Amino acid sequence: MIFNAPDIDYAGLSPVIAMTTGLVVVVLAAVFDPVKRFGPALALLALAATAGLMIWQWNDPADLVAGQLRIDGLAITLSLLAVISAAVAVLLSLGDPAESQAGRSDYLALLLGSVLGMVILAQATSLLTFFVGLELLSIPLYALCGTNLRRRESLESGLKYLIMGSVGSATLLYGMAMLYGASGATGFNAIAEGLRAGDGMLGDSLTLVGVGLIAVGLAFKVSIAPFHQWTPDVYQGAPTPITAFMAVATKAAAFAVFIRFFLVALEPLADQWDVMLAALAAISIVVGNVGALAQTSLKRMLGYSGVAQAGYMLAGIVVASQAGIDAIVFYLGAYVAMNLAAFAALVAHERRHGFSDEIATLRGLGRSDPALAWPLTIAMLALAGLPPTAGFIGKLYLMQALIEADWTWLAVMIAVGSMISLGYYLRVVAAVWMSPEEETAAAPEPGLPPAIAGAAVDDPFADRDASRRWYLVGPALVATAATIFFGVIPQPLVEFAQHAGNAITTLV
Amino acid sequence: MLSSIIWTPLLFGLIGLLVPRRLTAWAAGLGAVVTLGLTIAVLIGFDSGGGMQYVTDVAWISGLGIDYHLGVDGISIFLILLTAAAWVPAVIFAATRGQERSPGLFYLMLLAGETATLGAFLAQDLILFVLFFDLMIVPFYFLFGIWGQDRDGVKASAAVLKMIVFTLIGSLLMLVGAIAAGIIAADGGQLTFSIAEITARGLPDGSQNWIFWFFAAAFLVKMPAFPLHGWMPDAYRAAPLPALAVFSAVLSKVGAYGFLRVVLPMMPDAAELFQTTMIILAVAAIIYGSAMAFTKLDLRLILGFSSVAQLGFITAGIFALNESGGQGAVLQMVNHGLVVVPAFLIVALIAERTGSEEIGPMGGLAKRAPVLAAIFLIVTMATLALPASANFIGEFYILNGIYAQSAALAIIASSGVALAAFYALRMYQRTMHNPLPEGADSREISLRDAVAVVPLVLCVIVLSFCPQLVLSGSEPAVENTVNVTLEGAK
Repeated sequence: MIFNAPDIDYAGLSPVIAMTTGLVVVVLAAVFDPVKRFGPALALLALAATAGLMIWQWNDPADLVAGQLRIDGLAITLSLLAVISAAVAVLLSLGDPAESQAGRSDYLALLLGSVLGMVILAQATSLLTFFVGLELLSIPLYALCGTNLRRRESLESGLKYLIMGSVGSATLLYGMAMLYGASGATGFNAIAEGLRAGDGMLGDSLTLVGVGLIAVGLAFKVSIAPFHQWTPDVYQGAPTPITAFMAVATKAAAFAVFIRFFLVALEPLADQWDVMLAALAAISIVVGNVGALAQTSLKRMLGYSGVAQAGYMLAGIVVASQAGIDAIVFYLGAYVAMNLAAFAALVAHERRHGFSDEIATLRGLGRSDPALAWPLTIAMLALAGLPPTAGFIGKLYLMQALIEADWTWLAVMIAVGSMISLGYYLRVVAAVWMSPEEETAAAPEPGLPPAIAGAAVDDPFADRDASRRWYLVGPALVATAATIFFGVIPQPLVEFAQHAGNAITTLV
Repeated sequence: MLSSIIWTPLLFGLIGLLVPRRLTAWAAGLGAVVTLGLTIAVLIGFDSGGGMQYVTDVAWISGLGIDYHLGVDGISIFLILLTAAAWVPAVIFAATRGQERSPGLFYLMLLAGETATLGAFLAQDLILFVLFFDLMIVPFYFLFGIWGQDRDGVKASAAVLKMIVFTLIGSLLMLVGAIAAGIIAADGGQLTFSIAEITARGLPDGSQNWIFWFFAAAFLVKMPAFPLHGWMPDAYRAAPLPALAVFSAVLSKVGAYGFLRVVLPMMPDAAELFQTTMIILAVAAIIYGSAMAFTKLDLRLILGFSSVAQLGFITAGIFALNESGGQGAVLQMVNHGLVVVPAFLIVALIAERTGSEEIGPMGGLAKRAPVLAAIFLIVTMATLALPASANFIGEFYILNGIYAQSAALAIIASSGVALAAFYALRMYQRTMHNPLPEGADSREISLRDAVAVVPLVLCVIVLSFCPQLVLSGSEPAVENTVNVTLEGAK
C-alpha cells in the first residue's frame, strides 16, 4: 500500500504560520520575566514577519488546505492593511491603561489572535473557514473592548459587542446552513456551481433567505445600517487603540470576505443581491452621516462616520465589477491611513486631557499642539473627501466604478453623503483651529466625562508629554503623510488595489 | 511652464513656514511677485490666434484615465493674469499689517489658494479641473475661519461652515457630473477626461441636461448667483479683508469661467435649451444684487451684493451664446476682478481711519486725504460703469449680446447699470464726503498702502482706455467657444 502524504504548500501558508507562531511566542514570553517587557517588540516582529511573507507571496496565488483557503491578491492586500493597523494599534497601546490593567501579554495575544482571524478570513474560500476566521477575529475583540477594567463604559462596550456580535454570528451561521442546503457545497466555487446546476435552486426562497441572512450577519460585522446600532457605543467605550484597530482592520478583513463571497460564491445571483446591497449602502450612507451630526464625542462620531464609510465601500460591491473591487480596496487603503491618523492623534490627545474624547476638549489644539492638530485636521478633510487627499481620490474611484456600471444614483448618494458629512468633520476642524483662545485654557476640566470611575485628578496613565511620544506622534504623522501622498500621487495605491481586483477571476 | 506658475505660490508658502518668522511675509510677497512675473512671461510668448498653448499632458492616474493636462488659451490667459495680479497687492497689504497669529500658516493658506485658483484656470482635464475647483475652497475655509472675526453674534467658524457646505454641495454634484461626462462620452471606448476630447466625442442630449445642472449648481454657488448666495453675507463679514479681496475678485470668476470652458462646449444642446432660464436667473441676480447693495450699510456687503449683480451681467453675457456677449463677459471678468481688489483694500483703509465698516456713522474722509479719495473715486466710477470706463465697454458688449437674444431681458438688465450708479455713488458719498464724524481720522493713504493699491487702479485706468488689450486677445478663443457651442447644438 502506498501512503500519500498530503502535499502542504508551506510557502502559501507561511503568513498564517508566522502569525500563529508569533501569537504563541508572545503568550509564552509572558511566563519568563526577563523577556516579558519585550512583548510589544515581539508582537511587532510577528506582524512584520507576516507582512514580509505576504509580500513574498505577492505574485503566487495558490489554493491552500484542500481549497479551504486561497492566498491571492485580494487576500494579501487586505490582510496587509489589517496587519499595518494592528502594528499601529500595538504602538498606540504602549502606556495605555487598558494594556497594563489587562496584562500586557494577554492584551497583545488577544490582539494578535484577532489579526490571525483576519488573515484567515481574508483568505477564506469556504463557508467553514469563513466562519472560523470571523469568530477568531471577533472573540478576542469582545475581550479587548472590555480591557479597560476600571472604566464602566469599557466593560459595557465589551458586553454589548459580545451580545450584538453573537447575534450577527448566529444569523450568519443560519444563513450559511440554508445556503449549504440549497447548493450542497461549502466551497465558494462549489456553491456557485451548485446554484448554477439547473435544478431550480437558483431562485429558490431557501437560497434567497440564506443569502439575505448572510448579508445581515456580515452587515453586523462591518457596521452597515440598519445593523450598526452597536457601533457608536462600542467605539466610544473601548480603549481608543482598540477602537482604532477595530475601525479599520475589521473592515478590511470583513470586506475581503464580503467581496469574495458575493462575487465568487453568489456570482450567479448577482442580479438579485445587487439591489439589496445597494439599498443597504444607501441607508448606511444616510444613517451614518445624519447620526454623526449630533455627536459630541469624537469616538462616537467616528463610529457613525465608519457606518457611512462602510456604506460607500459597500456601493463598490454592488457594481460587481473589477473596477468596483479596485475602488473598494483603494478606498480601504485610504480609509486605513486617514482613520489611523485621526485615532493616533486622538490617543495622544486623550492622555493629556483626562481620557476624554469630547470634541470640546480639542479647542485650541491648533496652537498648543500642531503635531496632533495637523494629523487630525487632514484626517477630517480626507474623510470628508476634500482634495488633495486620498479620501478624494477614493470617492472619485468609487463614483467612477458606479457610474460606469450605471449606478449613477448611488454615486449621487455618495456625493450627498459627503455633503452632510462636512457638517460634522468640519466641526472638529473648527474646534481645533477656530475657537477663541480664552476657552482653550478652561477646556480640559469641563470636558471630563462624569463617568471615568476611579480616575483621580492625578491619573497614573495621564501623560503630559503624550504629544511628544514617538510611538504616538510617529504613526499619526506617517498616516497623515500617506493620506496626502496618495492624494497627490495615487498611482501606487491604484496599482495595489488593482492587484486585488485582478484576483477575482470569475468576473472576467 | 504652466506647472511652475501653478506650484510657485505653494512652494513659497511652504518656504514661508521654514524661514524665521519675520521673513515669512517677504517669502510670501516674493512668491506672489514671481508668479506674476511667470504669468507675464507666458503672456509675452502667447499667440492669441494659436488656440491652446503651453500644453502639458502627462498621465496622472492612468488607472482611471485622468491626466495632468494643462493649457492656456485666449480666455484663461487673462484670468491667470488677473489672479497673479490680484494676489500681489493682497499679500503686500497683509504683510504691511503684520499677522500676529501664526503668520506662516496664514501666508501658506493664502498662497495655496492662489495655486488652486491658477490650477482651476489652467486645467484641461475635467477631473483635474474639479479637483482644483474643490481645492480652492479649503485654504479660504481656514483663512476666513481662523483669521476672521465674529460679527453680530455670527461666529466666523459658523459662517465658513455655511460657506464650505454651500460650495461643496455644488462641487460634489459636479464631480459626479464630470465622471459621468467622461464615461458617457467614451461610450465603452478609451476613457479620457480631456475637456477637448469629450467635446469632440459629444454627449447625448438626455445626459447633457442633467449634467448641465450638476455643473451649473457648482458654478452658480461659487459666483455666488442669486438665489444660491445664502452663504455670502456671513462669510464676507467674517473674512479678513486681504483674503476677501482675492476671494471676491478671482474665485467668483472661476464659476463664470467654468461655464465658458466646460459647460458651453461640452453641453451645447443643454446650454441652448436652458439659455433663457439662465439669462432670467442672471437678470434676477442683477436686479436683486443691485437692490440689496443699495439697502446695505456694511461696506463689505455693498461690495458683495454689487458682485452678485456684476456676475449676473457676466453670466448673462455668457449665455447670450454669441460673440458679443462672450467677449463682454471675459472683459467684465477681468474688470470686475481688477476693481474689487482695491475696493476691498480701501474698505480696510477706511475701517482703520473710522473704526467702522458701516457707512452710517462715517463721512468726510476726503478732507485731508485727496489721493485716497481720488483712488476710491476711480474704483467707484469703474463699478458703476461710467462711460469711458472699461466696465462700460464690458457691459455694453454684454447688453448687446443679450439684446440679440431677447430685447426685453436686455432692457431689464440695463436697469442694473442705472442701479449701480445709485449704490456706488451712495457708498462714495457717505464715506468720503459729508462732515467728518468725531473720532474719525482723515489720514492720507500711506506710501506702502499706495504700493499695494495703486498699480491695480492704474490697470483699471489703462484698461478703460484700451479695452482692446483684452478684447483682441480673447476674441479668437471666445469665437471658437461660441462656434463650438452653436455647431454642437445643431
